[in-house]
Amino acid sequence: MHTEEPVEAPERAPAGTVPPRRTGALARVKNYGIVIAFILLCILIGAICQYRVARGEWPENAFVTIDNFLLILYQVSINGILAVGMTMVIVSGGIDLSVGSVLAFAGMLAASCATGSAAATPWSGTYPVAVAVFLALLGGAACGALNGWIIARFRIQAFIATLGMLLAARGFTMSLTGGNPISSLSPQLRWFGVGTVWRVPVPIVLFLAVFAMAWVVLNRTVFGRYVYAVGGNEKSARTSGIRTKWVKLGVYTISGLLAGLAGIVLTAKTGSAQTNAGSSYELDAIAAAVIGGSSLSGGVGTLLGTLFGALIIGVMNNGLDILGVESFYQLIVKGALIVGAVIADSSRARADV
Amino acid sequence: MRRIRKSFLGARALVDGNLEVSRGDIHALCGRNGAGKSTLLNILMGFQRPDEGAILIEGRPVRFADARQAFDAGIAIVQQELSAVPNLTVAENIFLGAEPCRRGFVDFRQLNRNAEELLASLGFDIDPKATMSRLSVALQQLVEIAKALSHRNADILVFDEPTSAIGAKDTFRLFQVFRSLAAGGKGIIFVTHRIDEIFAVANTYTVLRDGARVAAGKIREITREQLIESMIGTEIGSGAVKRDSRPGNPLLEVRNLTRAPHFAEIEFTLHQGEVLGIFGLTGAGRTEVLETIYGLARADAGAITMEGRLLRSGDVTGAMEAGIAYVSEDRKRAGLVPSATVGENLSLAILRRLQKWGLIQARRERAAIGWAMETLRIDPPDPGQLVGRLSGGNQQKVVLGRCLLTDPKVLLLDEPTRGVDVGAKREIYSLISNFTKSNGGVVMVSSEIEEMMEVCDRILILRRGRLVETLSGAALTPNRLMMVAG
Repeated sequence: MHTEEPVEAPERAPAGTVPPRRTGALARVKNYGIVIAFILLCILIGAICQYRVARGEWPENAFVTIDNFLLILYQVSINGILAVGMTMVIVSGGIDLSVGSVLAFAGMLAASCATGSAAATPWSGTYPVAVAVFLALLGGAACGALNGWIIARFRIQAFIATLGMLLAARGFTMSLTGGNPISSLSPQLRWFGVGTVWRVPVPIVLFLAVFAMAWVVLNRTVFGRYVYAVGGNEKSARTSGIRTKWVKLGVYTISGLLAGLAGIVLTAKTGSAQTNAGSSYELDAIAAAVIGGSSLSGGVGTLLGTLFGALIIGVMNNGLDILGVESFYQLIVKGALIVGAVIADSSRARADV
Repeated sequence: MRRIRKSFLGARALVDGNLEVSRGDIHALCGRNGAGKSTLLNILMGFQRPDEGAILIEGRPVRFADARQAFDAGIAIVQQELSAVPNLTVAENIFLGAEPCRRGFVDFRQLNRNAEELLASLGFDIDPKATMSRLSVALQQLVEIAKALSHRNADILVFDEPTSAIGAKDTFRLFQVFRSLAAGGKGIIFVTHRIDEIFAVANTYTVLRDGARVAAGKIREITREQLIESMIGTEIGSGAVKRDSRPGNPLLEVRNLTRAPHFAEIEFTLHQGEVLGIFGLTGAGRTEVLETIYGLARADAGAITMEGRLLRSGDVTGAMEAGIAYVSEDRKRAGLVPSATVGENLSLAILRRLQKWGLIQARRERAAIGWAMETLRIDPPDPGQLVGRLSGGNQQKVVLGRCLLTDPKVLLLDEPTRGVDVGAKREIYSLISNFTKSNGGVVMVSSEIEEMMEVCDRILILRRGRLVETLSGAALTPNRLMMVAG
């Protein structure tokens, strides 16, 4: 699609003899292994279900239905939103352990502004839902910005800084209500979790919208390119005149903002804001990015990979549930999958060079 | 070592390497960069194997399959890069891997006592319980020496540029250690680029040039001039090679630039169309000067002005906007983004100019990349290739291309031809020449004398962070360069 395009000669560059090639994201996604793995996983689970149906054990194939796939997407959406932010952070060479706690904090903020129980916090009550959403996003972004500022300004390892935030944000959340949950939420807020747009659940719509926007940011903007450069080689990025501190501040703020959004969705979905909401969600988000091919050493990773990483986790949870595999075995399979994906990735990288 | 021969991938690093050291000798191994010193030493220490030739210890031929065997044969090295574990104590470092044990536990009392005795016997005043990372580089080096000597059988001690990172006082102390070790019957081989030091401490020498021994003998039978002559050879035409240098307007002015402890009071003016060289030995502060001008490090004092405009110290983006571009000496560590493609590396510094509403204008980016790929003749001509897969020369061209795309007025080049082949070298020289013809100015740092002679109009010589002389015209000769720098 791109080879035929005439090259416009701008200010300084004479028309190149070099065949114009896409140098952005597509060049990087040479590996469709993750997509193939996803499809194989779906086929495998679908086939086992079909086998049971054929043997007459089950009345119908519960896995291969549109409703079930929507359910998977619905279940994946919160982790997916977190994983998008996590991918940006990981590509920049960092990590954000705080997203689960920030999610809870933001969810509590949103709930406090959209609840019938006025006594939950000093200010709580039923405000316009926009106020609740805005406050939650702001709270999430502020936590992320604080992470980024600490990491960039004091050159603290991201692991440490965000581990601190993991604890602190959980503490903030509890301090908001003295440890109590907030329930009886306004229907406007609950729409973000249980509403639909053209029969598609709102969380799925939000997830896909976030994914699309983040894809543009990471692949088409200057900022996105800087994220890859900072993660790939910070010193080179600095030498190229990139203000690396701002880039870091940016990615952690985005991660915090998306954690805030995920907090709104989770709160709306469950109908109440719990102080322990989102515990260990950061691990699933990291898992999605890593299964999707992101490297924790930075500079490598794609959102498309992360999308499929999240989907693989979702399909596995869902499929194993349907197959009646107990949840502790699911954990074992998930653990093996993460490590296996990275082994496959690194041995392919070695074969490549 | 006799008639050692070694080739790397067809390139002959060593054609006829010879080296003899007797007990009690302090032997200086001299030669310019690329003369084959490191290769010879690597073979001696068992890091590499010779293609031909023999190593004899006290008349017996030996073969080393690895470093361990060389070590067991009594050859110990104090490396240029210190290999200490920074968070362990001095004593722990000295006896790393050979800790005295009691019932499976390390006997720390014994360890410290052994270290104390060893350090005292060498006359080093170092606390064995001090943490390594808190010692100065010079003291760390002494610990390394102690470590090398902690194994009783080390008869031959090799020092690879031991003085490049330490001051005059510590150098003096190190030489005292050399003398007492030699007096104790050890043979010492040391590599240095400082002519003064050779005459201060060595009693025998070997000069390598182009992989072969060209001179050897006793220090007292040779003069400084003769030694330099044999290191440089006659193939470089000495004297002014220089072209029609009509100095244009001043571009970059550096006044009283100081950054402790690297350099102090550096002053120069770079004009349009001029190539200014900065020469000096390792540790003289060359790289640090360039980094400070570019804003990668903050200066303690001094002013940098670009066409009359004062630059903010420590502001890379500001320096870039003023028209300065910088090629670092280590393209892997500070030049390229290895996980990105050739195209992405090329356009990285100009993305800001290629954007509209934050979005990269793909067409303009492709055109800019195409221009750079073509101008620099980057091979293979595929911008989608990962940059790490290119050859060294092409990687360097990518770094240069990124700089040229910013449309700079001044290029700061730090070892621009390090690790690139002859063809790419030529191309880089002609790029520099074209750049100056179109009124650009270049500041170049290089350790290769020929290169400096060929490319530069004027050369500043740094010595331990001080500007000691500026050579140009007829005064600019290779011998003079070595004399002043060493």
